[in-house]
Amino acid sequence: MTDQLSLASIGEPLARLDGAAKVQGLAPYAFEQPVDDPVYLHPVQATVAKGRVTSIDTERAQALEGVVAVLTHENAPRLADTSDRELAVLQSDEVAFRGQLVGAVLAETSEIARHAASLVRVTYDEQPHDVLLSSDSDRFYTPDKVNPSFPTDTDDGDVEAALASAQVRVDATYTTPTEHNNPMEPHTSIAIWDPHGEHTLTLYDSTQGVHSVRKALAPVLGLDKSDVRVVSPYVGGGFGSKGTPHAHNVLVALAAQRSEGRPAKLALTRQQMFALAGYRTPTIQHVRLGADDQGRLTAIAHDVDEQTATIKEFAEQTAVATRMMYAAPNRRTSHRLAALDVPVPSWMRAPGETPGMFGPEVAMDELAEACGLDPIELRVRNDPDRHPGDGKPWSSRRLVDCLREGATRFGWVDRRPPGKRREGEWLVGVGVASSTYPGMAIPGSEALVRFEGGRYTVAIGAADIGTGTWTTLTQIAADALGCPTEAVNLQIGDTNLPTASVEGGSSGMSSWGSTVVAAARAFREEHGTDPAEGDQTQAGMPKNPDADTFAIHSFGAQFAEVRVHAYTGEIRASRMLGVFSAGRIINPSTARSQFIGGMTMGLSMALHEQSVRDPRFGHIVNHDFAEYHIATNADVMDMEATWLDESDPHANPMGSRGIGEIGIVGAAAAVANAAYNATGVRVRDLPITADRFVAALPPTPG
Amino acid sequence: MDADITLRVDGSARSCTVDTRTTLLDALRERLGVQSPKKGCDHGQCGACTVLLDGRRIVSCLVLAVAQDGAEVTTAQGLAGPEGLHPMQSAFVDHDGFQCGYCTPGQICSAVGMLDEVKAGHPSHVTEDLTGDPELTDEEIRERMSGNLCRCGAYVNIVAAIREAASS
Amino acid sequence: MMPFEYEQAQDPAGAVATVTGRPGAAFLAGGTNLVDHLKLGIAGPDLLVDVSRLPLDAVEPTPDGGVRIGTNVRNSDLAAHPLVREQYPVLTQALLAGASGQLRNAATTGGNLLQRTRCVYFQDVTTPCNKREPGAGCSAIDGYNRYHAVLGASEHCVAVHPSDMAVAMTALGADVVVLGAAGERTVPLIDLHRLPGDSPGRDTILEHGELITAVQLPPLPMARRSTYHKVRDRASYAFALVSVAAALDLDGDTVRDVRIALGGVAHKPWRASRAEEMLRGATAGEEAFVAAAEAELEAARTLSENGFKVPMARNTMVAVLRRLAGITGDAS
Repeated sequence: MTDQLSLASIGEPLARLDGAAKVQGLAPYAFEQPVDDPVYLHPVQATVAKGRVTSIDTERAQALEGVVAVLTHENAPRLADTSDRELAVLQSDEVAFRGQLVGAVLAETSEIARHAASLVRVTYDEQPHDVLLSSDSDRFYTPDKVNPSFPTDTDDGDVEAALASAQVRVDATYTTPTEHNNPMEPHTSIAIWDPHGEHTLTLYDSTQGVHSVRKALAPVLGLDKSDVRVVSPYVGGGFGSKGTPHAHNVLVALAAQRSEGRPAKLALTRQQMFALAGYRTPTIQHVRLGADDQGRLTAIAHDVDEQTATIKEFAEQTAVATRMMYAAPNRRTSHRLAALDVPVPSWMRAPGETPGMFGPEVAMDELAEACGLDPIELRVRNDPDRHPGDGKPWSSRRLVDCLREGATRFGWVDRRPPGKRREGEWLVGVGVASSTYPGMAIPGSEALVRFEGGRYTVAIGAADIGTGTWTTLTQIAADALGCPTEAVNLQIGDTNLPTASVEGGSSGMSSWGSTVVAAARAFREEHGTDPAEGDQTQAGMPKNPDADTFAIHSFGAQFAEVRVHAYTGEIRASRMLGVFSAGRIINPSTARSQFIGGMTMGLSMALHEQSVRDPRFGHIVNHDFAEYHIATNADVMDMEATWLDESDPHANPMGSRGIGEIGIVGAAAAVANAAYNATGVRVRDLPITADRFVAALPPTPG
Repeated sequence: MDADITLRVDGSARSCTVDTRTTLLDALRERLGVQSPKKGCDHGQCGACTVLLDGRRIVSCLVLAVAQDGAEVTTAQGLAGPEGLHPMQSAFVDHDGFQCGYCTPGQICSAVGMLDEVKAGHPSHVTEDLTGDPELTDEEIRERMSGNLCRCGAYVNIVAAIREAASS
Repeated sequence: MMPFEYEQAQDPAGAVATVTGRPGAAFLAGGTNLVDHLKLGIAGPDLLVDVSRLPLDAVEPTPDGGVRIGTNVRNSDLAAHPLVREQYPVLTQALLAGASGQLRNAATTGGNLLQRTRCVYFQDVTTPCNKREPGAGCSAIDGYNRYHAVLGASEHCVAVHPSDMAVAMTALGADVVVLGAAGERTVPLIDLHRLPGDSPGRDTILEHGELITAVQLPPLPMARRSTYHKVRDRASYAFALVSVAAALDLDGDTVRDVRIALGGVAHKPWRASRAEEMLRGATAGEEAFVAAAEAELEAARTLSENGFKVPMARNTMVAVLRRLAGITGDAS
């Protein structure tokens, strides 16, 4: 049990402390940091998916007035470490995916840089490529582990025998497409290279972790960590794509070495982001469930095919949630990766759980129908009292409470059989799915507490990517110090502040909060309640004694009402409700926004999102916001999120478990299950679009 | 090719030299240091760059600056006055109508422009009766605000904020 | 983006003379499509002649009972105009189904008609496209063609015209007034856009330097009962998969007259003349609507990913006609 905080500010719906700045547009994002006399960088991207650059003609670009430099692999500064091939920018003539950086132009204005980049002529020795994930690909292999360090496959009991003898079976394949994070703020960086300054490289970056960017980039550039400063106080969304540095970070650092000390500014275009900023792998999920006639699972099998890149492995942990979700004596999960000539997949909101809870949660809906059971009752009957994999006790598992609370609030009792409810021109149905996400903390963060000017400066190199860190970490610090929030001056987003873990895995508040609590307690121990000006204490995140003995996970129930137009097949999610068990809620206002934001992205995943990779060319062809659809305001109708009033003392001193990602998990399955209930048409491939229904709808003449 | 232009930005006359290719958005952000409007897509597909141009909401990324010499531009920065935030901005803060904040200045300019359109009686795609004055239902707000994408998914709160600002 | 000169037009004739006399010149109006294309490298004019401030921005009743719309009337103003809302609701609805509030405030009537296809390969200069570069090949025919044409396409191009407004105007039988170096001419809107045939590079019949100055809507009392239905991949701010503009005039339950146009199915707004012919004089009802829709779509040719457009277009036509005929309840 962790030593729990006594609460005063925690639990209050404090309005965002950065709110006034943001509503005026005055909070400076990376590209908006004030710098003098900048030059602008525009990338040149490969137009083949595999091959070698045989020549680059930069003459016309160089000749343009206002062009400062044209970088290519022939003239770019050498990197010290090219072992991470995603970051080995302009170091060789090799092209490993279409859209890879093969050059860049530095110019006095962005207009000149863009124009000059279009004048660079690159010729290639093009080689055959394969960019298509399919189950008969010859590119498959079994990785040593899946992210971050889970076993690739698990096999308990005898799944095949149990399936063969099961009274009820579901055996189906589900797919999720390539999806792109698409934060509203593009990936942007300003780099200043000054070998004689305090820092050789100063990088204003849009990132989920200044310290992790520094740690990754310093060795690539041959610099000591202390030679690099990364600053990122405000971030226009990330959803994972800004969780690790990508090639553009290296490019801007290379360019800054060629601009004679002038700051180099780079903003990827929206189109460029589709090749250069990571994406969620497509998945092909073969799910088999076996059960007795009472709906008790006897076998669960979840076999996943997904992709990675030839230049770097990224193994999405798609089937990992299946290992803990439901009880069954016979369970198997597996992952196969196809190494394709594509950009490296990367983190996207709830990696693993988001795609991995789609197949199984639709399969559970199919199983409920096959058993003649209510889908909620099916889940209740298979709720395990311990982690089915390692047998650890749950720190808390209240999935059933979430389902029952949600059923009451949502009016689940009014659910009808598939295809039986029509309102005007619309067929209406409801669906449910479970949600889960692990409660994680990443070790290694440090925080400094200093008393100055009658207030407590609390410094930690953490990030706020819209999650609310500026506000919620202030609340935690206030309670840890036993002072009002006004007495706390939080500082984040700068490597000049103590080291902090990346904003990822919904771990930010657990990690940084635990760290700030430890530093505050150490400060009070050292300096008491009446400190002198300048008193300060720094402390690191303590080890959670319960982390290894308990299975710490959040749970949720996702409900959706869906309308499908009886003629055109148009589909809308008219109502969504999420009920979550996520431990203590630090700030109900920002927490509700996180849950609803996740659910909105889940709705978007369910109905809209799909990156289309053209197998002939190798790139995503619908690479902008007009063609890659994310939900608009009109798509989000009646949506609400709520949570169980609880605390998880095994998680951390705040009793919280992290809320940034669970909102998206299961949402797409709930929508898919509702669409089935509305129409009787089972869609197993995302996104669920009008064309899936239209052929099955009236009118049929005669 | 360069041109000298003068814009009235948030109440002040601002002159600068632009390339004929410079968009109004880039003129504001990179030439005049007015960074309140954001660049999300640069192709009129997200609404983050929305400003009021001569009183009407438009996307500033698809407008050439050279064509707007003499125009009046209002950004979210200019909506706030000496007394503090514009009521729409306060409502966004009160309803947590944003998370990362990047689409927010555009949302706010769009919402202010949108309410003027409603006042002028302009119908929307979801207006049932085209002959009467539209009523500002949630459905109307959602449709009229659909030109402003929010990847954080704050739409529910954005609608609540606009509903409140419209009624006050 | 290539460098270009910029000038503001002083009068329509002068603008036409300037552009006509310079092969690299182009008109700039609202800019919502052209500026997009400048950035994408699809368009590379050396001179932009800005016609957006020419006083061609009136919506006026014509003596015959129709309406004349100046080319510079903004989409939002046209949609909100009382004459249009009362007499041609299908046009208001179509305009409001297009783009976003911000874009409609900038986009002009003439510019809307002349917007170019959203085919992803047309918009990406790194992929072959016959429309952008004649003879390069069509990437869509064997590629991502979910949004592409099922009617009137050719082996050279399967792109669709993206306008909603033009679909409604086509159903209404609008005319386009065009000013050229040789003077003014009036073109039926249905003839303004071309089918791609073997020269997909040309979207319209306009000659270089010709300027649309107005659109004329004929008097059409039946258009008071008209509507537009756009099927798209999200609820708003998306291009059509299929759209239907229709007006229906009933005498009891007999169809006296009907106007139907389809969007999202062809290189131009598609007037469903065959369906109209079948319906005139028929008894309004599901059966007749289905038969007419299917007759119109008999000539449809589908690609790998757009086969759904045929049942979708059929069903949308039926749904719209049912609504206009006041039929409610389940199909049976």
